[in-house]
Amino acid sequence: MTLLETIDLVKSFGGLTAVNKVNFQVEPGRIVSIIGPNGAGKTTLFNTLTGIYRPDQGDIRFNGRSLAGLRPDRIAARGIARTFQNIRLFGGMTVIENILIGMHVHLSQSPLEALLRLPGFRREEREAEQRAMALMRTVGLVGVGNELAANLPYGAQRRLEIARALAAEPLLLLLDEPAAGMNPQETEEMTRLFRTIRDERGVTILLIEHDMRVVMNISERICVMDYGEKIAEGTPAEIRADARVIEAYLGRGAVAGQHEERWR
Amino acid sequence: MRNRFGNLLWARINTGILPYLLILAHIGLGSALVYSAPRSNLAFLVLISSLFSLYILEADRRFKLIAGAVLALLIIPVIGVRNIFYLEVIFQISVFAALALGLNIVVGFAGLLDLGYVAFYAVGAYLWAFFGSQQYFVLPFAPGTQPSDLPFLLPGDAFYLFLFLAIIVAAITGILLGSPVLRLRGDYLAIVTLGFGEVIRVLANNLDKPLNITNGPQGITPIQRPTMPDWAVDGFNTLFGPAIGHRVETADMYNVLFYVLALAVILIIILVTRHLDDSKIGRAWTAIREDETAAIAMGIPLVRMKLAAFAVGASFAGVMGVLLAASRTFISPESFSFMQSIGVLAMVILGGSGSIAGVILGAAVVTLLNLQVLQGVSLYLSELRQSDAVIPLINFAWKDLSNQLDPAKYQRLLFGLILILMMIFRPAGLIPARRRMRTLAAEPPEAE
Repeated sequence: MTLLETIDLVKSFGGLTAVNKVNFQVEPGRIVSIIGPNGAGKTTLFNTLTGIYRPDQGDIRFNGRSLAGLRPDRIAARGIARTFQNIRLFGGMTVIENILIGMHVHLSQSPLEALLRLPGFRREEREAEQRAMALMRTVGLVGVGNELAANLPYGAQRRLEIARALAAEPLLLLLDEPAAGMNPQETEEMTRLFRTIRDERGVTILLIEHDMRVVMNISERICVMDYGEKIAEGTPAEIRADARVIEAYLGRGAVAGQHEERWR
Repeated sequence: MRNRFGNLLWARINTGILPYLLILAHIGLGSALVYSAPRSNLAFLVLISSLFSLYILEADRRFKLIAGAVLALLIIPVIGVRNIFYLEVIFQISVFAALALGLNIVVGFAGLLDLGYVAFYAVGAYLWAFFGSQQYFVLPFAPGTQPSDLPFLLPGDAFYLFLFLAIIVAAITGILLGSPVLRLRGDYLAIVTLGFGEVIRVLANNLDKPLNITNGPQGITPIQRPTMPDWAVDGFNTLFGPAIGHRVETADMYNVLFYVLALAVILIIILVTRHLDDSKIGRAWTAIREDETAAIAMGIPLVRMKLAAFAVGASFAGVMGVLLAASRTFISPESFSFMQSIGVLAMVILGGSGSIAGVILGAAVVTLLNLQVLQGVSLYLSELRQSDAVIPLINFAWKDLSNQLDPAKYQRLLFGLILILMMIFRPAGLIPARRRMRTLAAEPPEAE
């Protein structure tokens, strides 16, 4: 049984078809990467999956049900959480509050309970706070619970975004270039974190990444996009050997081993 | 803006019993001044500003509560009935503070710029104006042609019921006005809400035909007040009589009643705001303000949460509308102009968008500027004009001063100046909003 499946998914903007008849599947419990040159349609695909864009054609099936046409918040409630390419934290809120926002769909408090501060409300808030603390530890944020998210250093902001997404207890976690702008050591830590998340929480991970060390190191399957189309899919070893992929990344000549000539 | 020296001084002021003494001294000084000079604006400003020092100085919570209660329930009523104008000013501050707190939910928390907020205030006011007057029986008559012996539709005590009804009606209006426009963002939302605000005012202006619902530009009057029981008047007189020095009549007791009601409404509003802010709903509002796209991706239903903000904000204004209609006994569309919306917005921005104490301070400052300072200066200038005084050195006779120079007319200029100066020097407001700091367990033992 597949967790996520896109069927002939199309999304276009004016004359540009950013996602063109993409079919691919994600099995539960896997770590899958989407790679491709800039402008290949990777982020558009993410935005379509999470409902920020409405697909023009085709269908998205998640956990056996169609997601096409649902609002982003409904899709999030179904169990897809994401991070953003250019970090989108709630900068004016504290770290803990950012994570609590992630839990929004799981908090059952009613407005009346909140107004009257009923015992159930207090208990839920306390438990949520404890879970948020635990998530901070999971992603390696320590002692910054009351800091404003905007004041965190870049790497910590990336971690916080992942913690916030995990707080939604997703089945599927979409990570949009999580290692962008990180040094090799941070990248290494991130890679380890993704594995921990998958192994300990059973969260399926779908990530967009440009850093090939990360991609080849962590992915169990890789899907390659170029000009809105899926041009290849397979294990890292398969992808590395795929002629179309090399062509997409390095240009036509590269396949024939002539790429050095072009700089000469 | 506070420098190191200021910090030291501040710490120094807040040590030991000094803050307590300062608060008591401020309240005492204010009370004594107003008591001995019931007509002095300055004395009144000293007294009313003691609320601010009560808030800002660091003292025990219980002490603050008791001092605040004494000030609000003992000192102000006594001083107020000695000069009803003061009670009127405080009542207006309370009304605007409630409006500012309501707009604060929409603008400060959820970040939705609403320029037509006063519409909800109008809805509350007209709700009681219609049901609490003879207007129901005036329906078939054009304005000005109704017979004079019409009965009232409801007894005056229905007012209390309508305080609650107004919450519901204003909230529903908020949802109705909100649902078509909340898909818009930023400037577009501001323009459309401005339009809706005007629509409500124009409706009030023109709904005098075919059925005379609002009595048009003439407004509705008389609007009933709740009945004032004799025991309340007598009780007040026996309790405070010696301190006041003369018997308080029923007419003046109404000012006390509306003051107390406004105070109660404000307290409830503060409580509601605080409790909502520190819950799932308040966090969702703030998240929407910070980043809509991220908020919806985290599962926050944007439209529903925005509507909730509109409804809650509107309900505060609705309650105050009922209170206003009853206290004034007269309502006309003029009270709900666009300038009022801007005025309330100026209070929110001046005080500190998103900060409860801030917007109350903003409401107090703007109202006092309008009612006391500007008018005081106007009065002073006109006195000078009538005197033979001359400015030395430049030899300018005060009586040659143009009549156009009347500070009380410069309310709009003042709003504009406030907004510009605040944007430049203190964009977060007088008392900026701060996130709640949680007491988090430092480092729990290695779990997980």
